[in-house]
Amino acid sequence: MTAIATPERVVVAMSGGVDSSLAAALVVASGAETIGITMRLSASGSRCCSLEDADDARRVAERLGIRFYVANYAEAFGREVIDAFADAYLAGRTPIPCIACNQRFKFDHLLERAKAFGAARVATGHYARISHDPATGRARLFRARHREKDQSYFLFSLRQEQLRQAHFPVGEMSKEDVRREARALGLETAEKPESQEICFVPDGDYAKVVERLRPEATQASGSIVDEAGQILGRHRGIHRFTVGQRHGLGIASDRRLYVVRLEPESQRVVVGDATDLDCSGARVERVGWISGEEPDGPIRVRVQVRHRHRAVGAEVRALASGETEVRFDEPVRAVAPGQAAVFYDEAGDDEVLGGGFLVEGRR
Amino acid sequence: MRIYLDHNATTPLRPEVMETMERVLRESFGNPSSVPFEGTRARALVEQARDQVAGLLSAEPAHIRFTSGATEANNTLLFGLLAPGDHVVTTCVEHPSVSAPLEVLASRGVRVDWIAPDESGCIAVADVEAAIRPETKLVCVIWANNETGAVQPIAELAALCRARGPWLHADATQAIGKLDVDLTKTRVDSIASSAHKLGGPKGVGALVLRDQATIRPFLLGGGQERGHRGGTENVIGIAGYGAACRAAAATGAAQGETMRRLRDRLWRGIQTGISGVRWNGDPVRTLANTLNVGFAGVAGEVLLQALDLEGISVSAGAACHSGSIEPSKVLLAMGKTPEEARGSLRFSLGQGVDEAQIDRTIELLAKLVPRIRELGEP
Repeated sequence: MTAIATPERVVVAMSGGVDSSLAAALVVASGAETIGITMRLSASGSRCCSLEDADDARRVAERLGIRFYVANYAEAFGREVIDAFADAYLAGRTPIPCIACNQRFKFDHLLERAKAFGAARVATGHYARISHDPATGRARLFRARHREKDQSYFLFSLRQEQLRQAHFPVGEMSKEDVRREARALGLETAEKPESQEICFVPDGDYAKVVERLRPEATQASGSIVDEAGQILGRHRGIHRFTVGQRHGLGIASDRRLYVVRLEPESQRVVVGDATDLDCSGARVERVGWISGEEPDGPIRVRVQVRHRHRAVGAEVRALASGETEVRFDEPVRAVAPGQAAVFYDEAGDDEVLGGGFLVEGRR
Repeated sequence: MRIYLDHNATTPLRPEVMETMERVLRESFGNPSSVPFEGTRARALVEQARDQVAGLLSAEPAHIRFTSGATEANNTLLFGLLAPGDHVVTTCVEHPSVSAPLEVLASRGVRVDWIAPDESGCIAVADVEAAIRPETKLVCVIWANNETGAVQPIAELAALCRARGPWLHADATQAIGKLDVDLTKTRVDSIASSAHKLGGPKGVGALVLRDQATIRPFLLGGGQERGHRGGTENVIGIAGYGAACRAAAATGAAQGETMRRLRDRLWRGIQTGISGVRWNGDPVRTLANTLNVGFAGVAGEVLLQALDLEGISVSAGAACHSGSIEPSKVLLAMGKTPEEARGSLRFSLGQGVDEAQIDRTIELLAKLVPRIRELGEP
């Protein structure tokens, strides 16, 4: 009998978008036996798992002449990602579900399935780069070649064994190149519009999703106060707010008011001026390092606290409490608990060193 | 060379069916309802096929109402017979082409009792008997189940229904060609049948019933099928269906014994080579070609895909349109847990399967099942 495990087998996570479609095409072109998988992450109604997207991925797989399957993770995804998303909003945080999705689903679960298939690697359409250091055997993670599409912020929590088996075929390319090549190959998804939203919040209405999952949130209410404790208005649940938000406060004021802080215990939304949003540092939890090793002492990094933010110079220091303290070189605006703080190398702002989740900004 | 163990999903065309269909495709394009020569020839082909289908089932040709398949046959029967206020006794292990129409009819005032099977997937005649009331219009039971191969006591149910009055409809899609479906011996009122489960083409089947007049047409149109089913006949498909029935009648029981021997070999191999396996069903009351196995601690979806990559086709649960797999309602009705249902695969044998293929399947399963268990996906 021939061996089942053929090392050149590669699984490609195909969402039905142009990036993962071209990633699959590039893996095919490399000569690997390519297997396309669309992950079904929710029972119905969400964009990433819609029939249309699965059908798009299937059509691309057919054009490429590769086997294609749907992997049903709806139940686990609902439990591990969507429920956690709702609970985070109720606790006054601004969650970032893509990180758990990448780590646990695109890599943990899909890597497991790849192994069941005798495949050694999982490729995705992420814009980021991985290099393998032959001396140490370590994998290193970098921003995409073209910064405007960089998705490394969502990948900081990948572990060594995940990175070693991950492959980002479009990480060196620009979006324009990806579309051009997809067009040249006649891939059905070449002109497909970009998706910006969180996949299970297709219309961007986070509050509605939270209220569907946690109906008690529809009953929530509280006060909108300023830093002095003065009540300025009422609100219908802190899950409707994020730090830095200016619109939808529903209060009349001469000042431009921003959400500065959410207080889950008292259900208060604290507002202030733009300058009140500036933070000189932050506490970060669940910090991990790509190398798998913690630094010996405080280190200098560039830190990025939101996907679209610019990274700033900072010092990172582990605290005795298990949390990590980050001190910014310059004020950083709208540090939202629940978002990720991702650490890049100080000199180049290019290599991902690690990161964690924001607990609280420090003024 | 692929190993195809998914004959309950569909079967490859028998060579003689292909020959017949090719000939019709080339030589006869006529409309059977047309008077001129071409139409007469096409009509003759349809009537010949009607004789062949009737021959396999020991039915009268006049009892055959050609449809687009078993789904249309089941829908025709249910929507054509039942009216608000009627009572129906059916089972929890019906094919969706029966359960889905019944759910719609239930929402329109038809009262439906769903009989649960025992852990082998079979229903008890006594349970059906207890559920029948004076106003019971229909007893509707799948002859043999597509997922588990469980064979229901149709002969006893037929006797019961004759004594008590309700119409007995049996979805015989999986039974025909595998069991002796003889409508002279087993006096059911109607059956549904599909060509592609016995080496015929997709898109054609029949509702077979003595009492044509009672069942209102489902498709209204040009009066085809003696006014019972509108729409120009699918002549090529119907001719293929006839050829498949003729071939099945000729193969008969010999085929069944071969299937049973190979299926039992597969089960013995799985049982001896892999721990934590369970036959979902009762071997004695199961189609000879079908084996539904639960693999503890395995996601059936993963095992199915891994087998497919190695060239072996099987089924798990019910695939939805997107291609992902939901736990089987039939297995849940048999008392399996969702995890057990998710960890189950159906092997269904048919023409062309041989010992070497069965042994290769056992060998691969013995390799893949432990590998998947080790990974432990959600």
